[in-house]
Parts: sequence; structure tokens; C-alpha cells
Amino acid sequence: MTIQNNLLENDSRRQFIVKGTLLGGGLMLGIGALPDLAYAQIDNKYDPNTPTKVGDSEVNAWVSILPDDTVFIRIARSEMGQGTRTGLAQLVTEELECNWKKVKTQSATPGQSLARKRVWGEHGTGGSRGIRISEDYVRRGAAAARIMLVQAAANQWNVPVSELKVDKGVITHIPSGRKTTYGKVAELASTLTPPDPKSITLKDPRTWKVAGQPYARIDTANKVNGTKVFGFDLLLPGMLCASVKSCPVFGGKLVSYDEAKVLKLRGVKGVVKINDNTVAVVADTWWRAKTALDILPIVWDEGKGANVSQADINKMMRDGLDEQGDFWQRKEGDAPATISGSAKKVEAIYFTPFQAHVTMEPMNATVKIIGDRAEAWVPTQNGEGSLAALSEATGFPLEKCEVYKLDAGCGLGRRGSTQDFVRYAAKVAQAYPGIPVKVIWSREEDLTHDFYHPIAMAKMTAGLDGAGNMTGMHIKVAGQSINATLAPHNIKDGKDIRQLQGLYEKGPDAQLGYTFPTLLTEYVMKNTLVPVGPWRGVNTNQNGIFMECFMDECAKAAGKDPVQFRQALMQSHPKHLGVLNAAAKKANWEKPLPPGVFRGVAQFMGYASYSACVAEVSIKNNIVKVNRLVFALNCGHVVNPYLTREQIEGSVAMALGAIFNPEITVENGRIKEQNFDSYPLLKLSSTPRIESVLVPTYDFWGGVGEPTICVVGPAVANAVSAAIGRPVRNFPLYKEGLTLA
Amino acid sequence: MDLNINGQIRSIDVEPNMPLLWALREVVGLTGTKYGCGIAQCGSCTVYMNGEPVRSCSIPVSSVGAAKITTIEALSKDNSHPIQKAWIALDVPQCGYCQSGQVMAAAALLKRIPKPTDADIDNAMSNVCRCGTYQKIRDGIHVASGQKKLADVLAQYDASLATRG
Repeated sequence: MTIQNNLLENDSRRQFIVKGTLLGGGLMLGIGALPDLAYAQIDNKYDPNTPTKVGDSEVNAWVSILPDDTVFIRIARSEMGQGTRTGLAQLVTEELECNWKKVKTQSATPGQSLARKRVWGEHGTGGSRGIRISEDYVRRGAAAARIMLVQAAANQWNVPVSELKVDKGVITHIPSGRKTTYGKVAELASTLTPPDPKSITLKDPRTWKVAGQPYARIDTANKVNGTKVFGFDLLLPGMLCASVKSCPVFGGKLVSYDEAKVLKLRGVKGVVKINDNTVAVVADTWWRAKTALDILPIVWDEGKGANVSQADINKMMRDGLDEQGDFWQRKEGDAPATISGSAKKVEAIYFTPFQAHVTMEPMNATVKIIGDRAEAWVPTQNGEGSLAALSEATGFPLEKCEVYKLDAGCGLGRRGSTQDFVRYAAKVAQAYPGIPVKVIWSREEDLTHDFYHPIAMAKMTAGLDGAGNMTGMHIKVAGQSINATLAPHNIKDGKDIRQLQGLYEKGPDAQLGYTFPTLLTEYVMKNTLVPVGPWRGVNTNQNGIFMECFMDECAKAAGKDPVQFRQALMQSHPKHLGVLNAAAKKANWEKPLPPGVFRGVAQFMGYASYSACVAEVSIKNNIVKVNRLVFALNCGHVVNPYLTREQIEGSVAMALGAIFNPEITVENGRIKEQNFDSYPLLKLSSTPRIESVLVPTYDFWGGVGEPTICVVGPAVANAVSAAIGRPVRNFPLYKEGLTLA
Repeated sequence: MDLNINGQIRSIDVEPNMPLLWALREVVGLTGTKYGCGIAQCGSCTVYMNGEPVRSCSIPVSSVGAAKITTIEALSKDNSHPIQKAWIALDVPQCGYCQSGQVMAAAALLKRIPKPTDADIDNAMSNVCRCGTYQKIRDGIHVASGQKKLADVLAQYDASLATRG
């Protein structure tokens, strides 16, 4: 039972493979073995590599059924709390017609997928794509398995398939009443020729019985008793731990370090230079590695970045607003001229800061080099990305690498496209061949070496005619580009349209929900030394704030109700309008509020889904109490309404926190905020009551994890503006003299 | 030194300044207690010392003495604590990383105040959750304390015991 032979992770079994190998003896030897007592607990642990024998009970790549009718459903996407595992399992169960009570899931590993010609498709779990991009081939795979299982029963009984029916994994021959189960025919089914996936008719989602239901998560039980093993918790025989530190100043370099000062400390095994700006201390436990790293004398060449501070960056953004855009993303009529000639001109400048991801489980990865092979255990949002990073860092070909995905303690976009944690772990592990090395970032390192939500400013200009009707809209965004940091090839001819997410003319992902008589949208790229990346909701966060806060300013200038003002401009956008109306209805927008309570509204689109939010706030002594948030979401199809609502609730925590308290700032080229004391996250006491209305229209597949985040900020900000009688434009709102209760 | 952990005396040989969190996780092997910040801000490392919730990341192991330490692994044998039952019934956890601390904090609250008000919950539950499970945590405490019926809370989310699969 070697790791190399383990093909698939088994999410549902709790036994740790090490139990068996430990009994075999010998593995506790080797340098830096963990303290013996640690092993006393190890047999309670989760094995990311519990083997699955592919073949004997595998009906097809998606479904494997044991003789006792246990159904293993293979999942390629990552789980980090968003519920994709449960949702995909529901979709498979729906088409397979198996018994939900008998379902267990397994995670397909990227290496095994590659060896099978990427049979499980894409592994990436970002952009709210986990279900919406894979649902079609996953459902067809499940339906194909059902067809093969029923055919197997028909062959066994020598009767036509048309005389059979199946319910919850039990196949019945209708004329005779004879019964068999999936488990009994699975082996025969696996030998049959699979049907052409294109020939399969999938169920109409309106007739779903399992999918579409508010089923309980299939992976909750071990989250309430400490037995779920995250990457951070992984204990492997002989494992060493490492703590990493990169040059505090972005762009700085490692000059030297004095290894001798820490080598004699208890448990310390060595110091490894990871690259030209990162160093790691390796020890028997992570606490010892981190403690030694804290006192390791390191000389950095901080470089010219050390001269940069937040005021310089802010000025760079502000200057950008006075420049012409890199390109005109949308030019419909002559908006600037129309606005200039209008009866009334409205103008506002908004600012949104850098933000950090702060996954509760800090970045980590474990890598073991065995001869010419590398294996990694990674909390990742992109298993194949982790595999590629492992291959690149070790120099081993992809087929000599394997990645075991562990459920992540939050992803939020941090664990997808960067994979720095895998590369670092690979480099450290190469210095200790044959020994698994777990590389963990301290919270301080995690917070100061993130790929941050990009900073941005916007100058919004609009014209109104004498009747208060919009004549034109001019949107100029100046800000940092995610593509410039992570994917320069996506910037075509200097045009980075990604930074204008949510303002596009067309769908399907992020279409602007208004039709303006004239419109100009432009983007001025202003890149700083701070690395940026996707942060839940990505560019819909700031663009939602810019657009929707400004719409309220325009409505006020026009003397109109914010909902009615929007509705008039949304007649060609029925789905955007649909969620706006649904949220307004649920929140009783028409009805007056008690004295001292104020409302705000926002609608925006992202990740192919339509969102709207109504916020109710009250303010006393500049302290804002958010009392209630009402959401409407149209994500096309709802695979699990209970978990969809939980994603809406989750989006509130990040967005509401972000608009009031924390921001990431730069001082002398480094991130000033080091931990939760200077970067406080939202707490329970600040969380309002959240009510969600799901209004699927069953004609598209939209995302769920991210779409609603972009309407939280502007809805709350608009309610705050209504309460204090002036617009708020500088985020976080402590800059406007406001704090969150 | 000897530590009384979950009713067992565990002899460990570690530096006196090692925080209890790391002694539990890396020496004793109880990894249910999590690291989130190391500065007693987030509560992911919550354990009980003589029954009182403490943040183990900021307690040197040398100061523990004979105090009885209880970790999440010993809250119940079989997920039978009312908080654990409510957490499962309502799917409170999302990613789950902070939930050991949340469960320990919530169970401590119920022990101190069997029928906590919303204000009590606000005051007691200062643990950070980045997934945003706060609303469900509040619901879960109300259910575990018997102040709300599970079916009524599920109904707020258009769910019922029969439709949870």
C-alpha cells in the first residue's frame, strides 16, 4: 500500500493509512521524526490517500459501486466550505438514480486524471465555476453509468431494458417484479460499452428530486469535533516542518543569513534558501521552525521598493483619473459631450483599498521527494495548478508528480492561480529527499505576502436632463491590474478588460444592467509593487461600489427614488431587473421605515449570476448598525438552496468587513498590517440578519460563491449615505468617520 | 512536564515557552485545536483550562501546571454535545477550520448561560470566521439552548427535516 499506488483520495473514510504502515514498523526512524506522542493520535487521522482500486467496481470515471451498494462519486473540484462537493454529488445522484444514503465521495487526483487523459476535466475551483462549468459532463457521466447499470441487469436477466425501472439504486423488472441492485450488477456494467454522452437526454432541472433540494452537507460531521485534517494538520511519518520568510519589501532580495545562530536550537534541522528573496527554517515541529526563523539574522537588499509608501500609491491612482484611459472599453455615443451639455452634471470620485484574503488556515503545503518523484499534499483551489507548480519547482516531469488535495480552510481566491505555497514547499523538500516537509506560513507572513485585492479609484460622471432623466454616463477606473501580476498574456494590445468586470455590454459573466443613452467606460492601468490577485468577487467588488453608489448619487440629484430611478434604466435587462424587484419586494421597499432606520439598494452582476441587496442601517454617534440585509439571487439553476444561502451569508462577512474596517496599506515598501490586531475581520456581533430570496429562471447556469459579494458594500454604503445625508466615497468607511457597531 | 489533557496525564519534554497550542498540536498530536493568528485574537485555538475557555496560542505550557485541559476532541465522544448536534443539523460550518474554536466557545457559553440572549451571544462569540458562518452560529446556539426549534430555524431557510436528505 504505497503512496504511489494510491489513485484516489477517499473523502469519507476516516482511517489513516499510516496506522497500517506504522504497525509495519520502521517509518518512525529517520531524521526529525515528530515527537513520539504525536503518533499516538495518528490512527484517528484522515488519510488523503486512502486507496481506491480503479477498475473492479468502477462503472465509469465518475462512479464506482461496491457490492454492498456503496456508491463512490468522484469529485474533481476542490472543497473549501462552499459546498461544491455536496452539490456535485447531488447532481450525480439525480442522474444516476442511486440511493443518497449510500453515497460517498472521492477526490480525483490531478496526476491520476492526467494519466487518464484528463478524464475528470478541469480541477480549478475559482470564479464560482465549480458546478456551473462542469455540471454538463458530470451529469452525463452519471447518466451514462445509470444506462450501463440498467443494461447490465437487462443482460443478466435477458430481458429488454424497456421492461426495467430503477429507483434509489434498486432495479426492478416490472413484468416479473424481480429485483437487483446497482451493487450486484456494477462489475458487469463496467465491462459494457459506454453510451455516447451526446446521445443522453439529461433531466429537466424542474423535475429534479435530489438536486435542487436543501440537502445537508455530506462532510460536516468531522468539522465539529476536531477530526477533520486540514493541510495544516497533516502528520506524516518522519515529517519535518518549515516556516518561511520572504523579503518584507516587495522586489527586495535575500543577501545573507547567519545559519549558525539557529542551528543549535532544539529541533532545528537547517536553513534553506528557497529563492532569491525567500528563506525557510526547517525543524522537527513548526513552532520550533517559526521560533528559530524569528531570530535568524537575515540581511535583505530591500531595493528601491523601500521608498514607496501608501501616499505615493494613492497619488498614482488619483493621477490616473486625470489621464485618458488605456482604451475605451465601451463607447456608445459621445457621453462626455452629452454630459457637458446636460441640464445637470453629477460627478464623484471613489476610492477602494488593497485587501488581504486571510484564509483562516494560513498558506501551507507538504511535499515529499522520493527519488525522481514528487508528491504534494495541498489545500488548493486548483489541483492541476498545484501539479504544474510541483513539476516546475522540482524539474520533474508532470507524470512523475502527484498532488493530493486536502479540503482548504478557506480559499477566497488565494489558493488558485498563484501556487507559491507549492513551489516553496517543493524547494524545501528537495533539500530533504525522502522526507515529507510541511511548509507553513505564519499569519504575519500570510498577511504580508498575499496577492491582494487590487487598489482602485474611479471618476464617475453623469448628465441629467431637466426632468431628471439620465443623458449619459462616463466611468473611468484607475487601478492595479490582476492580469499584470498573474496573467500578462490576457492583456491584449494593452487592453485589460478584466478590470472593468461587471460593466460589460454583453454577458454571460458580468454584464452591466443599465442602458444609458450615451456611455463611455475606460480603464487606466496603474501597477504598483504590491502583487495583486483574485479575491472573492474580484473586480465586481470595487466596480459594484463605483457603479451602485454613484447610481444613488444620480438618483438623489434627479430627485427620484433609488429603485425607481434604476428600474427606468433597466428595461432592456430583465434578469437584472428581476432580482432588483425581488429584493425590493422582500424588503418592503415601498413601506416607510421606523424613525432612525435607513435603506440602501444595489444590484450588479458577476459570475453569470444576478444579485441585488437591500440594506437597513441605523446610525448613532457615527457608529453604524447594520440591522438587516435582504438579497435576491438568480443563479439560473439552484443545486442546493440551503448551501446557496450559506454562500450569500458568507459573502456578507467579507464584504461588510471590507467596507468598514480593514485595509492593507504600504509603508516603506512593505505591508503595514501584520495580524488581526491591525487587520480586524468582521465578527458575529456586527453581522446583521441576512434574508435571501432565490429566484432561478432555469435558463442558464450561474455561479454562487461570489456573485452576491459585490452588492453588499454599495447597498450598505447607500443606506449609510441616506442616513447621514451625504454620499460616502472613501473606503473603508472609517475614512468617512464611521465605524461598524 | 506533566499535563492533564482530556483526563489523561501526558508527560512531555518541551521548552517552557512553547505555547500550549503547539504542545497540543505538535507534541501530543491533538490537531483539532487550530492556529489562526498566534496573538489571541481569532479564537481558533480555544481550549478549556479548568472548564474555562482560553486561547491556547498565548499560554506558555509552563504556566499550565496542574490545570485540567480540555480540547475539542474531548467535548463529547460521539458528537453528542448539544452544540455539536445543532452544528450538524444546521450545517453551521463551511470550511470548518475555525469551528473547533467556535464549538468550544459556544459550548462554554451554554455552560455559563444556559439560555443566552442575542446580546449574550454577541458578547461571548468573539471568534473570527472568514467563511461568514455567524448567522448559523447564532441559530445553532438558539437551537442548542432549546430557545428555538430546529424545524423553525430550518423553515427560515425554506428547509425542513424531511428535505435535508
